[in-house]
Amino acid sequence: MPYTSAPHDHRPDTEELRRRIPGWGVDLDPAVRPAVPRERPEPGGTGAHWDLPERQSETSQRERSIEHEQLPPVFGTAQPLKGLSGGIRRLAYARYSEGRAAHWLLLILGDRVDAIEHHLRSFATLRPDNPITETGVLSEVRRHGLSSRFGTRRADVRHQWLDPILVAGPWVLAGVGAVAVVNRVVRGARR
Amino acid sequence: MRAMVYRGPYKVRVEEKEIPRIEHPNDAIVRVELAAICGSDLHLYHGMMPDTRVGHTFGHEFIGVVTEVGASVERLKPGDRVMVPFNIFCGSCYFCARGLYSNCHNVNPNATAVGGIYGYSHTCGGYDGGQSEFVRVPFADVGPSVIPDWMDDEDALMCTDALATGYFGAQLGDIGEGDTVVVFGAGPVGLFAAKSSWFMGAGRVIVVDHLEYRLEKARTFAHAETVNFAEVDDLVVTLKRATDGLGTDVAIDAVGAEADGNLTQHITAAKLKLQGGSPIALNWAMDSVRKGGTVSVMGAYGPMFSAVKFGDAMNKGLTLRMNQAPVKRQWPRLFEHIRNGYLKPSDVITHRIPLEHIAEGYHMFSAKLDGCIKPLIVPSAG
Repeated sequence: MPYTSAPHDHRPDTEELRRRIPGWGVDLDPAVRPAVPRERPEPGGTGAHWDLPERQSETSQRERSIEHEQLPPVFGTAQPLKGLSGGIRRLAYARYSEGRAAHWLLLILGDRVDAIEHHLRSFATLRPDNPITETGVLSEVRRHGLSSRFGTRRADVRHQWLDPILVAGPWVLAGVGAVAVVNRVVRGARR
Repeated sequence: MRAMVYRGPYKVRVEEKEIPRIEHPNDAIVRVELAAICGSDLHLYHGMMPDTRVGHTFGHEFIGVVTEVGASVERLKPGDRVMVPFNIFCGSCYFCARGLYSNCHNVNPNATAVGGIYGYSHTCGGYDGGQSEFVRVPFADVGPSVIPDWMDDEDALMCTDALATGYFGAQLGDIGEGDTVVVFGAGPVGLFAAKSSWFMGAGRVIVVDHLEYRLEKARTFAHAETVNFAEVDDLVVTLKRATDGLGTDVAIDAVGAEADGNLTQHITAAKLKLQGGSPIALNWAMDSVRKGGTVSVMGAYGPMFSAVKFGDAMNKGLTLRMNQAPVKRQWPRLFEHIRNGYLKPSDVITHRIPLEHIAEGYHMFSAKLDGCIKPLIVPSAG
């Protein structure tokens, strides 16, 4: 009990644990644990045969955190910055360190603008965004959506109803806005 | 090639993309045979991770066959079947030289606070991931390893993140013989952390979740006692009562940014993105561990601030330990445990999904349908 110095009442029978649980205690000695000590060089080397890696070519200007003095030697080249979202993200990287909330909030804003840009752009292609197939919502039928949720006390049922609103809400608002604009234009033309 | 691409929050689809090319002399190109969706991929899927760009291919858990290598690659050749740690790391920087592969300083221009991770946004370096037919693997002489002949492919896949992370989490708990360990979250990482806690000599292992089918897995796979937090009035009191009023010796957060259990925390973080993550499990861990105890954090959080009850941690004299797992460091010992039959990592896999059905796979995993614990992606399946 915590009010005396006595040890736990629940003292395990380690022999019983060893019999019952495969591998019980095989890493009891911290010396065999690979993460102990936290910082240590790899005994057999890492495989690196360089002190500083050769530099990857920078084929287009690559944004970087201002906490980096220079571009690291290797980097990802997927989805380079472009459009308005690219401008927002470029500002986040060029102006604010990772320690500033503005850095991350601008990046999140850039993400939302990026999604809107791509949704709009997709309507000019042969494969426009399809919220039914892209959300995978049809798996609600194929993967037992109802029986998975009900008849058991799941905490997430309390907020999962928000997800369709978060996904479809902007589309519905955009549709309502578009209809309102068209109506206004039509009324204006009739006058 | 066919690849999963992100189209905005809650939306993904399969698109035709260019096959990646060698961009650095130590790159390799790998044809993906098996990939997995990780619980942390859901943070990207839900739009929580800053700088997740439309068109990005997720996937940091994958195995495959080397199809091409760069001019300086010495350890791999085309045809080798490899398992690839989720960390991208150079093996030579200040941090890699100290074994902190997940903190490599040479692979991520976008941030210094995190290393490089395949398919995990530009905040983690801007590398497309492995939920596709092909993937670029930087530092081929450092990261990937040839899959041992005796190892099952699905076991190898689990070693690339979930198993290594769970095992690492148990080690960070600094578990001693007879210790009582509580693990928050019965997803793959939590299950592996619970299982690994026994390896370190735990006397009791308690797993907390709200999904009954996952708690059942914790009982059978990880031999753990379980608590369904949705069925108790006050989880912290329940855990204190179960530990003679002291609290547990070690607590492991294997949930991270989208934890449930407090509606305000969850909605402000996961839905409104006003926090870097919903720290419910972390707060429970700090409140239920004993004074002087250790909290190990394996759950992934975004880089923004979160409403963490730090005062409790200070007042209780807790040790807080955390990091992204340096995966490859865990492998030799884990391989021994698998080979000795102490655990079968693929036991946590519940679904195998063709790449073409990726959107339904994400929804099923996100909404926790059909008893889903760990879904695999099979690029070659039609």
